[in-house]
Amino acid sequence: MKQPNSVKDMGKNPGEPLAQINQYEQIPLPPPFDKIDEEPEFAQLSDAAREKYVVLDDTIAVNIEKPKTKEEEDKLVNGFLSGLEKLFSVDDNWTFLQPFEMSMEHCAKCHTCSDACPIFQESGENELYRPVYRSEILRRIYFKYVKKASPSLHGDIDLNWETVARLIELSYRCNLCRRCAQTCPIGADNALLSREIRKIASMEMGIVPKEIHDDGSVLQLRVGSSTGMTPMIVKDNIEFIDEDTAERTGITIETPFDKVGADILLIHNAGEIMAWPENPGAFATVFEAAGLSWTLSSDAIGYDGINYGVWYDDVQFARVAVRHAAIAKKLGVRKIVLGECGHAHKALTVIADKVLTGDLNIPRESSMVTLRDIIRSGVLKLDKSRNDFPVTLHDPCNLVRLMGIVSPQREIIDAVVPEGRFREMAPHGVENYCCGGGSGFAIMSGHNFKDWRHRMTGRRKFRQILNAFQDESMDPSHMKYVCAPCSNCKGQIRDIITYYDAFEKAGIYYGGLVELIVNAMVDVKPGFIDWEWH
Amino acid sequence: MMTTFAYVVAYLGLVFFLIACIARFMMWSKMPMHVRWELYPVAHEGGGKAAYGGSYLEDTEWWTKKREVSLFGELKVMVPEILFLVALREHNKKLWTRSFPFHFGLYLVGGVTALMLAGGLVVGYLPENIAAPVAKIVNLVAPFLGGAGLVLGIIGAIGLFMRRRSRALRDYTAPADLFNLVFFIAAFGVSLVSLVVYDRDFSMVTTFITNLVTFDLAPVGAGPAGLLLTLSVVLLALLTAYIPTTHMSHFIGKYFAYHSIRWSDEPNLAGGRQEGTIQELLSRPVTWSAPHIGADGKKSWLDVTLEDQTK
Repeated sequence: MKQPNSVKDMGKNPGEPLAQINQYEQIPLPPPFDKIDEEPEFAQLSDAAREKYVVLDDTIAVNIEKPKTKEEEDKLVNGFLSGLEKLFSVDDNWTFLQPFEMSMEHCAKCHTCSDACPIFQESGENELYRPVYRSEILRRIYFKYVKKASPSLHGDIDLNWETVARLIELSYRCNLCRRCAQTCPIGADNALLSREIRKIASMEMGIVPKEIHDDGSVLQLRVGSSTGMTPMIVKDNIEFIDEDTAERTGITIETPFDKVGADILLIHNAGEIMAWPENPGAFATVFEAAGLSWTLSSDAIGYDGINYGVWYDDVQFARVAVRHAAIAKKLGVRKIVLGECGHAHKALTVIADKVLTGDLNIPRESSMVTLRDIIRSGVLKLDKSRNDFPVTLHDPCNLVRLMGIVSPQREIIDAVVPEGRFREMAPHGVENYCCGGGSGFAIMSGHNFKDWRHRMTGRRKFRQILNAFQDESMDPSHMKYVCAPCSNCKGQIRDIITYYDAFEKAGIYYGGLVELIVNAMVDVKPGFIDWEWH
Repeated sequence: MMTTFAYVVAYLGLVFFLIACIARFMMWSKMPMHVRWELYPVAHEGGGKAAYGGSYLEDTEWWTKKREVSLFGELKVMVPEILFLVALREHNKKLWTRSFPFHFGLYLVGGVTALMLAGGLVVGYLPENIAAPVAKIVNLVAPFLGGAGLVLGIIGAIGLFMRRRSRALRDYTAPADLFNLVFFIAAFGVSLVSLVVYDRDFSMVTTFITNLVTFDLAPVGAGPAGLLLTLSVVLLALLTAYIPTTHMSHFIGKYFAYHSIRWSDEPNLAGGRQEGTIQELLSRPVTWSAPHIGADGKKSWLDVTLEDQTK
């Protein structure tokens, strides 16, 4: 395994990877995937990519082109230093100033957080992925080149374009799951520092992975959704979903759009509409059966709860959050309910809490709570035996560790899954592991990044899933359900299952939470969950 | 002359420590409101939620209900955390075996010093019938706890020094980190030698502290005993003044790390007291340079947020 010897290596050996993972040295997975030589080959980065872009390790996420002139090199370094200075400014960074300074000043570099990081662990403890590695580089650059402090106080580092470009690339080797921060005895948050490095790159230098910026928040703000769906297409798709759902459930539904004065504006992650239509269909089925006053919005952005700015850019974040609230205000709803999307939950409920004021400050509620209350009300007739298969629950970091929404989803599962069929992952709840798709990774797939993500970030989650089902037969005909109440997590779990061929080989299937409810509804035709690989 | 110098340095050290701590505290407390960045479990969540990491966001229409905030819940986490470094014990046992004696030693030394300062005040300013029993208690407790504190502090600091020099942490260790630990070892070591060799009953140091609080700068000890006492006082005073100027001031920062960040879950309710502050912050100018931000140094956060992005 190739790895850096020192934080000072960041600017050394231009063009060479600082770290490389040998897949055959990784910790084997639990059975029946325990033969490491039977795992898929780790796709290699092409020579052309290595030639064109800055090289950090086995993959590329950001695509920072190597500078061709001294001016371009200086531009990278100076842009980074300028952005770094702005992170300490009240005007430019009131949003995170205190948490940022706290982590810059008080990290004791004690490595307590290292054991908590699934990427560092799955890499075989490769130094490059140690949570404090990237933050230490950031700290040293700041104290030496911005504060002009003596390196004997805070450590030394050389600064060149390669250091800057690699550090930006390295900020996209962290899922921002904040497990590291959870274990810090002092309260430092090295995940936040990854996010702040991403902010310098985006907000000062205009450097961002295409998938989350150009094809993400920019597209969402321009046409209405990062999926590219315009209002007209969304309405068409939902109409189709209503028809399809009616066919599957035997219950006719018509999803309401733009109903002024409804109690609830439901905002899905638009990825659900495109990739998992059964999810919005299931929501509509449950909400209608419960007699809720609710609506979707066909206003641009109002039908897509995603807010990728939460991972890399405070202004992009605020733009989307304010538009979500403005649409709710226009409809005059009493509350916004967020569908099964973790980062949309955190973005609009928690982070936008300090952005939305006045008549834009409309209450936001998790669909986990809304669905739990529907179940509690007893309005749905449920037959648990329809979900008579092993179920495990993935806890999306944004919902659980970062919002404290832990029990409603479990109460729902208790109500719709027969006793003895549900098993928790270990660890779970607020100590869960990220699915591996967090902070944008689930939608990033340039070069061989997808492979890197499966081998490095998603592997811990796959390990957990397999462990959760170890007391079950792994025969593919014995179907097992991974419940992931978050769109990005679901996408990542789908990708891991596909990568390891776990549906075909072990009968591991995945889906959302609301689908389990509909699958148990007595009034619905049996078999809403169809166990077909889509 | 030497003891007078020790008095002066002790006064300066204590005053500087207090000023630096207050300045640190003010720096953290004056920072602007930031977006919420809490991390669960949040210790003050009521209704049994803190135990599993739940929050008020689990409640039906949470914004219509009074939040249950438990001060006891916070104390239940903070007190063991401060005294026994619970998080470190749970997540990094190897370091805890070094860090705990170091910190606990510090607490004992700090506690005994505070006890002797209080005892000095009683002896100096209150009648004999009150002062005598207090002095007796201080004389009884101080040597035992103070000695134990110094020994634990030195053992912990040596352990931490060796850990910082280990292969795992060496690269993440600046010369200043090592200097800090050496400073502790030196200050505590000289004090321990002074006490063991010349002042086993703590009579010299107790007298010195009583004189300190009664502003009686009379010499204490003579010859090598006085010299060693002076050296120990000077080193401890310099160390006391130095701590809050370094990242070792995390004992102040940690309060904010928990209360203002990790556990800061107070919602901004419509029409509530936070809205004015948020509006003021949103009116601040933005200077970020990337083209998509559209900032010019004059436009505010609100301006750039509301700009049409459809073109």
